[in-house]
Amino acid sequence: MTPEQFLYHEARLLDTQRYEEWLALFTDDATYWVPLEQGQKDPYETSSIIHDDRTLLELRVKQIRHPRAHARLPLARTVHQVGNVVPLGEANGELRIGSTLTLVEFRNEKQRLYGALVEHRLRKSGDTFRIAHKRIDLINSEGELDGIAILL
Amino acid sequence: MAANEQLAMLVQPDRVHRSVYADPAIFELELERIFGRAWLVLGHESQLPRAGDYFTTRMGREPVVVVRQDSGDIGVLVNRCAHRGSMVCAEGRGNAERFVCPYHGWSYDRSGALKVVPFASGYPQGATSQLRLKPVPRIARYRGFIFASLAADGPDLEEFLGPAKASFDDLVDRAPGGELEIAGGVFKHGYNGNWKLMLENHLDGAHPAYVHASSVAVARNAPEPGRPGEEHYYDIAVRQMRQNGAPDAVWEGTGMWTTPRGHGFMGDYHDDDRLVAGLGNPAFDEYRRLLAQQVGERRADQILRVTLWNTIVYPNCSFMSQFRQLRIIHPVAVDRSVVYTYSFRMKHAPAQMFRDTVAFANVVNGTGSWVLTDDLEVYERIQHGLSSGALDWVYIGRGYGRDVDEADGTRRGATGTSEVFIRAQMRAWLDYMTRDA
Repeated sequence: MTPEQFLYHEARLLDTQRYEEWLALFTDDATYWVPLEQGQKDPYETSSIIHDDRTLLELRVKQIRHPRAHARLPLARTVHQVGNVVPLGEANGELRIGSTLTLVEFRNEKQRLYGALVEHRLRKSGDTFRIAHKRIDLINSEGELDGIAILL
Repeated sequence: MAANEQLAMLVQPDRVHRSVYADPAIFELELERIFGRAWLVLGHESQLPRAGDYFTTRMGREPVVVVRQDSGDIGVLVNRCAHRGSMVCAEGRGNAERFVCPYHGWSYDRSGALKVVPFASGYPQGATSQLRLKPVPRIARYRGFIFASLAADGPDLEEFLGPAKASFDDLVDRAPGGELEIAGGVFKHGYNGNWKLMLENHLDGAHPAYVHASSVAVARNAPEPGRPGEEHYYDIAVRQMRQNGAPDAVWEGTGMWTTPRGHGFMGDYHDDDRLVAGLGNPAFDEYRRLLAQQVGERRADQILRVTLWNTIVYPNCSFMSQFRQLRIIHPVAVDRSVVYTYSFRMKHAPAQMFRDTVAFANVVNGTGSWVLTDDLEVYERIQHGLSSGALDWVYIGRGYGRDVDEADGTRRGATGTSEVFIRAQMRAWLDYMTRDA
């Protein structure tokens, strides 16, 4: 599987609401990061829209399935349109892959549009990959945003 | 416009008419009579360390620039050119010698004085000499917080705050040397609901078990937080989400105080997080040592024994002194509000203390948090519900008839889940709305 195909596969899992399979793509030491500030370097001394280790990411997936997850049920329908996939380099056995994300969310008669630059760090695993790090820089991360209760 | 007698009918001791949340005409009147009169929290002086530092914000609907003057004072200027009305300062923050209007180049200094008018000979003699950026009539500070009022007259800041000063004292006294700074980024989140819904939620001890049921449940089944010295990154999130699932008796036992101007604060809560004393966390122990170095052991114990949760400063602010979070609410429309959330760093505390504050902000107040997102969902559902004319009244009677008036001027709820704080907010609302000036 090429990195490009892998990113499409990941998006497909999210858009078909197979969130547990999506979670399984991440390594045990993975981080999942949606920075608050443009070009943010540090997730510990500056807040983040989301900054999860693997434990917290799992809680995020579990919350979606809880019968009283008010902001998450009914489940949002999404399209994660992945584009402009480019290799950014390779280090420590990980491929750095850049891409753009155009994301359409629909829930409760409200449709929202997000744009983001995305970076994955992928580790080879058999003939596929696992995600060691995913960073999603929303173009409006510093703007006024309504609550984000979907997986990006 | 609604006559005062009509307004008075909308607020009764244990109920409020839905139009208070849903009628655009009432919202316009609120901007004029509440946001146009009350002291509003604008920010903290650490945002403006040097002369010329500024940030833009809003007072109700008025765009303003808050700027450090050459004298060291803080000025608040209406962000509108005296010529044709353009905002002279783009949204944001920075440092400026002059505020130059992008339209015709009119240029103002840091005090708002008009310094340069291009094509000056085109204006009648003396016509522009009286023009300037309009200063906001009243500015005051309390323990580093910047307040301003659009009204020339009214109670001074100390009188306005009354017993709520104690919450600011708690926030500042916790910092070794009293030194705090806003740091770590600003969350800006919006919701399609009335501004009052947020203020009515932050002291509501009966909602977490229901609104936050899903995050409580997942946190209960999460891996255990680490012991002192063996912490994990996820501990803060897990502990805080679990705390929302505290037994009813804990919420009932929480102290709930209100003031005549609608402020309120919640205490006696939350003593099991690693952010507070008691767990032997190494960073916290080091912080406590630094604090005691400044104020002595007894005073340090006294300061750390205070366990306040949210404080509401009516009508535009909510903050957590113990966790160093500040939220400022901007009313946009009757059914649209935007909230800016800031964190404070204690300048002379171990770095880990601020890292814990940031992690706490992410889980509780973040735009993508497990917790906040459920609150926002409920605000929007309330706004939907109240837009219906099928029923007239919102019921705010929990604990009504059992409120206790204290000697210091506060009114306390009989239990921690009393809606006394909403009754206090509505009493203040009615006072602002029906007062002559």
